[in-house]
Amino acid sequence: MKAKIYVTLKRGVLDPQGKAIRASLSHLGIDGVEDVRVGKFMEVTLKEVGVDEARRLLDEACRRLLANTVIEEYRIEIGG
Amino acid sequence: MKTAVLVFPGSNCDHDAYHALKHVVGVEAEFVWHKQATLDGFDAVVIPGGFTYGDYLRSGAMAKLSPVMGAVRRFAEGGGPVIGICNGFQILLEADLLPGAMIVNDSLRFVCDYVHLRACTDRTPFTRGIPDGSVLRIPVAHYQGNYYADESTLSSLEERGQVVFRYCDPEGEVTKESNPNGSARNIAGICNEAGNVLGMMPHPERCAEEAMGSADGRRLFDAMVAWLGEKRG
Repeated sequence: MKAKIYVTLKRGVLDPQGKAIRASLSHLGIDGVEDVRVGKFMEVTLKEVGVDEARRLLDEACRRLLANTVIEEYRIEIGG
Repeated sequence: MKTAVLVFPGSNCDHDAYHALKHVVGVEAEFVWHKQATLDGFDAVVIPGGFTYGDYLRSGAMAKLSPVMGAVRRFAEGGGPVIGICNGFQILLEADLLPGAMIVNDSLRFVCDYVHLRACTDRTPFTRGIPDGSVLRIPVAHYQGNYYADESTLSSLEERGQVVFRYCDPEGEVTKESNPNGSARNIAGICNEAGNVLGMMPHPERCAEEAMGSADGRRLFDAMVAWLGEKRG
């Protein structure tokens, strides 16, 4: 089973990369982009576990290592 | 009196710290590999700068899981002096030994320069005898030194006297222009509530002797030695 994990900066935490990218898009003439936030995407392949168990262990993984919850939030998608 | 200089894969200021302690200050120093799970026999711990584990995932995120960090936690809980410099500060944050987190510099550039620091409290072993308001000249070299914490944490740090250094101008004024990375409230270094664990982005070990352009960094290590001496009585 595969899972996808998205780690993004919390709202309110400054994202200098996102700001620079937004400015670059505008330099390219790609207007209409109001804001860009840069985050991390991780694809995880799980051993044979049930969906609930997968969610539980990935939640623990995010809290203890994959995300720093002082500045980041995370979202887990299981399956696919 | 024996000091431990921790060495992780990717530490690169370990030899500078060792040199400053052993050859400049003249105190016993020993490298401690991160796989070692005890710090018995040591009186102080230095977590040096570098790029532990290549900064994978986040600066300090991997190093916090090394066996030696359990020993650092116990050492700190016992009141022993711990200083984390640059990546060492990032490791202390990731290990939850200090509050807050680091984000990339607001300039999006690696900053490598001498800066001025305003000392804000003499209650840590590393600032004992350095009066509030003193100005130190110490270099920084980092890409992720933009200290972040939510407003309530920042206020609590200030109320409890946990802000140890702020970036300032040569006269000691804390100004926006003198902040090299955009850190909240110009914070360059903080300590834990007890005061024995200090994390700072600037590198005192790189300026511990006049030949390096400033000897201000030595004052922190001299303070540590004096503090340990007092404690021993």
